[in-house]
Amino acid sequence: MLGLNKQDTTLFLIVVALTALAPFILNPFPTESAMAQFNAGYPDLMQRFVIFGIFAIGFNILFGLTGYLSFGHAAFLGVGSYAAVWMFKLFSYNVFPAIFLSVVIAGLFSLLIGYISLRRSGIYFSILTLAFAQMSFALAYSVLSNPKFNLTNGETGLQVYTDDLQMFHGDHLPDLPHIFGLLTMRDNFVLTVGGWDFNFNVGYYFCALIMLLAFYFSVRIFRSPFGTMLRAVKSNQTRMYYTGLNARPYTLAAFVISGMYAGLAGGLMAAVDPLAGAERMQWTASGEVVLMTILGGAGTLIGPILGAGFIKYFENIFSKINDTVLHSWFSFLPDGMEDFMVAIVHPFIGKGWHLTLGLLFMMVVIFLPGGLVEGGQRIMRLFRGKKAAKEADEATQSTPAE
Amino acid sequence: MDAFLIQILNGLDKGSAYALIALGLTLIFGTLGVVNFAHGALFMIGAFCAVTLQRIFKLSFVTEDPTQQDFLGNPLKVETPYVMDWFGPEVGAGIIEWSVPLAILFCIPVMIGVGFAMERGLIKHFYKRPHADQILVTFGLAIVLQEIIKYFFGANPIPTPAPASLNGVVNLGAIIGMDIVYPLWRVIYFCFSALIIGGIFAFLQFTTFGMVVRAGMADRETVGLLGINIDRKFTIMFGIAAAVAGLAGVMYTPINPPNYHMGMDFLVLSFVVVVVGGMGSLPGAVLAGFLLGILESFASTTWATTTIPGINQVIIYLVAIIVLLTRPRGLLGRKGVMED
Amino acid sequence: MSKSNLTRRGLLKTSAVAGAGVALPTIFTASSAAAYMNEPTGGSVTLGFNVPQTGPYADEGNDELLAQKLAVEHLNGEGDGGCLKTFTSNALQGNGILGKKVEFVTGDTQTKSDAARASAKSMIEKDGAIMINGGSSSGVAIAVQGLCQEAGVIFMAGLTHSNDTTGKDKKANGFRHFFNGYMSGAALAPVLEKEYGKDRRAYHLTADYTWGWTQQESIAAATEAVGWETVNNVLTPLASTDFSSYITPVLNSGADVLVLNHYGGNMVNSLTNAIQFGLLDKEVNGKDFKIVVPLYSELMAAGAGANIKGVFGSMNWNWQLQDEGTKAFVQSFGEKYGKPPSNSAQTCYAQTLLYADACERAGTFNPCGVSEALEGFEFDGLGNGPTLYRADDHQCFKDVLVVKGAENPTNAYDTLEIVEITPRAQVEYAPDHPMFAGGDLGTCNPGA
Repeated sequence: MLGLNKQDTTLFLIVVALTALAPFILNPFPTESAMAQFNAGYPDLMQRFVIFGIFAIGFNILFGLTGYLSFGHAAFLGVGSYAAVWMFKLFSYNVFPAIFLSVVIAGLFSLLIGYISLRRSGIYFSILTLAFAQMSFALAYSVLSNPKFNLTNGETGLQVYTDDLQMFHGDHLPDLPHIFGLLTMRDNFVLTVGGWDFNFNVGYYFCALIMLLAFYFSVRIFRSPFGTMLRAVKSNQTRMYYTGLNARPYTLAAFVISGMYAGLAGGLMAAVDPLAGAERMQWTASGEVVLMTILGGAGTLIGPILGAGFIKYFENIFSKINDTVLHSWFSFLPDGMEDFMVAIVHPFIGKGWHLTLGLLFMMVVIFLPGGLVEGGQRIMRLFRGKKAAKEADEATQSTPAE
Repeated sequence: MDAFLIQILNGLDKGSAYALIALGLTLIFGTLGVVNFAHGALFMIGAFCAVTLQRIFKLSFVTEDPTQQDFLGNPLKVETPYVMDWFGPEVGAGIIEWSVPLAILFCIPVMIGVGFAMERGLIKHFYKRPHADQILVTFGLAIVLQEIIKYFFGANPIPTPAPASLNGVVNLGAIIGMDIVYPLWRVIYFCFSALIIGGIFAFLQFTTFGMVVRAGMADRETVGLLGINIDRKFTIMFGIAAAVAGLAGVMYTPINPPNYHMGMDFLVLSFVVVVVGGMGSLPGAVLAGFLLGILESFASTTWATTTIPGINQVIIYLVAIIVLLTRPRGLLGRKGVMED
Repeated sequence: MSKSNLTRRGLLKTSAVAGAGVALPTIFTASSAAAYMNEPTGGSVTLGFNVPQTGPYADEGNDELLAQKLAVEHLNGEGDGGCLKTFTSNALQGNGILGKKVEFVTGDTQTKSDAARASAKSMIEKDGAIMINGGSSSGVAIAVQGLCQEAGVIFMAGLTHSNDTTGKDKKANGFRHFFNGYMSGAALAPVLEKEYGKDRRAYHLTADYTWGWTQQESIAAATEAVGWETVNNVLTPLASTDFSSYITPVLNSGADVLVLNHYGGNMVNSLTNAIQFGLLDKEVNGKDFKIVVPLYSELMAAGAGANIKGVFGSMNWNWQLQDEGTKAFVQSFGEKYGKPPSNSAQTCYAQTLLYADACERAGTFNPCGVSEALEGFEFDGLGNGPTLYRADDHQCFKDVLVVKGAENPTNAYDTLEIVEITPRAQVEYAPDHPMFAGGDLGTCNPGA
């Protein structure tokens, strides 16, 4: 279907089903129950899942296929966000031109940085990309936000003010990002079934649709001769030279494509929440997408999306669990036991969510070298028994790059 | 002229911290082939050795003084450190005051122990894994270590001053008839770093152990074939690298009060330093450390920032880009190291 | 599929009929039929406490959180009631807000605009929070204030000192109890003039981002008004850890005062470095060299240790004040947590009570009603003396403290001593003051 082979079609359909049904899947607990803390089916987090999914899918095209580890991809995401917000400020709140410009600007920016950085390989390449991104962050945070030439609005973040130009903005249009004035990104329908509330959010479905397109495009790249060429860069660049192939144009193309993915993610972030903060470009943000990709499984199709979901889930859910919540969970225990359990769990939640995340990173890397995807495969093998396992192995074998 | 010399001193001072951390990173990378993102955390743990020792010396017993009241109107709880009780107030206060220099002794065994534990418990299993995995697992470890420190010591910086007699300023220019006033502790920091760097080089150059390690850095397999237990030597090297980072941390505490994320603050910079110096080159790491320190100091002068606004924000990265584009393997890097 | 935004978890504005002009907020009168963001329908109401729990300001955030929890206890009639007894408005009964039990959710701002907005959104969208309170940086405060305006909930700012929060970035749904850069300048300048004389030359080191700039502008203007000269203003990167290369040029600049427009870790390090270089032992232009830190906090004082001795600065509030409101709050906080509260904790505590009180007086949780009740509200008894919440820009006007590092602190908590309580009249300014110009408060948004 759609030029995909059978396995890829199955995978694609699974991803389509998961994203379409996300409001149900992510809200497994009734709203009023104690476990509702673990529900992730609210618009902001669902949007983040798919947006960072796009970011990681794009990063995987570069890192997973060519093995070039960029430590500066957050800069493209940041540039994309700034471009989108500037479109809102100058023209209108319509998301299409904004996202289009984000992708274009991020593409140009990554062409420039990629052209220079790809002159080196290995860790030298990583440090070059890191240096460019850190420079972009430092400039965006302070120098480029000075009152005379305010391009980024510094620590507060670039946002739309009522006295902005907004040439094509009219009174009949909503005052927030919208799709041709028909729907706004915040429109939200709540379906209440029994104790459950399910959110159907325009912003989410808009981003999800774009993520599916991005995912489809990445599958096609993985399966194309171009993708094969990129894998060749990873396995042995020298041999490629000897056969008369110049790897540079291919890696540069991969770099620019993944930069445009990052710009797309940045543009979508601005579209669902019209503010662009400079921290988006910091090295920690670049590191985050590296973590997402490796954690999920670098070089696999679905891995980056899983990794993105994993990290964002922890950031948003675990940081919000506090002692009061803990007490409500363990309230069924006798008093002494309750306090004891709360004391045990306390360091790992709320302000300790970094600790939990760090420990989980380590565990995944130590025990699952292939990332979450490998974990999934192992579980699958367990369930299916030996014979079926062989098939499963074959089914997924074509997915990882190595 | 004075201003110029003082900025050079500032640069050397900053540079000695960069150089020490970068030296340790390079030692680990050169010997074990591991990219250690937890190295900044080792620097931080070293600094917290000083804090811990200060806390230990300040361990107190509490007596209630009914004549005074605390802020709630209850009898004031007076805390008397045990050391003051045992050795008398004068000596006790002196011990507490000297906790940072004493922490140097305390830190060495602790850091070597931490280094051994890290290498045997975790890093060992990652020798054969891709660099990306090493980065990820050591990064995870760095987060865990700093969160543990945060749990016990809080997020706020903790003042750990040097002893009063080492705290003032000295006039370094007196000999050459100029007025170059500089904080004594920073001078000590620089001399201390120079000593350690010299010590490491001498150790690698002039001892049999160092010779084996250098041989192992060049060709691990062949050295192993000669029947030398290179793994044990490398574990010891890891311990030494950890101790160097720790010492850099202890000595740094009087310059800036330590906090739990100081390691992360230095991590990215020290990687840039290592790469600018050239992966795997010890002299390169030291050279790049001092070079970047000095350039950073000059970039923050008013003259520089008015000529090019924001130059102080980006100088390190700008230099890194220029160096890497003109010298493909950094200043003194070897061919083929970490290029794929 | 039923389109219901009337449930407790009813979500951000659903722009009803496609294309209709629904963007303009409607002003509801009290108790109109349903329909404002997150209207509480059950027996409880949820407040959102958004503070930094990771990163360099985690301890400050934790202090804010403790104070907010205390406020919730007092609102629900538990504990000793704290400032409910001293608050001049008697609307609060200790039975929750409008008879509903107060519950709260917490989030981590990470001191990043993006993360702060994400956690605020999750509290609004998922937990049905009716207001957001807290924070410890101006960038975050402005970003979250903007979000709350769009979402239609009330934002009570925590520690935010930039003029912009109630200046060019002011919002109808946002309120600030904390003081600002202008007030720091207005309060400090006369004291500095009295202590150090009219003829002083000041050298500014300024954190290179919005807050630093507005504070530097305010302090420079105020000190120049009393006759000081500003020799130089050097911008330092936020990521700086070692300030030696910024400190050494001060020695040869002919300046005799160093003003550190830094906050948090930056301030701890720059002050420590300045003392290391012996600046305070210098004599320039025949006068003793002095250092000023315009914005102090207890945690910064703790981090800088003995270095703050004799260094002047300003604060919003200090636990050593002797009025009834302060005593009640310090007693209650100290009994529970064993230490005196910080000034950011006090702001968050006061903001929670002020919000609750405004709801009671308005008889609704509707942001527009609450906002109306807060605008122009005069009160006392929360620790800052007689205070006005000005309607024009939602800035509180109250006394400002000038403090200095204590020479002989007796314990970990009295490292700062109050030098002067600058009366409110002296720190007031017109709403259209040039340093605050350019913004538009807009109209309140109830979010539905």
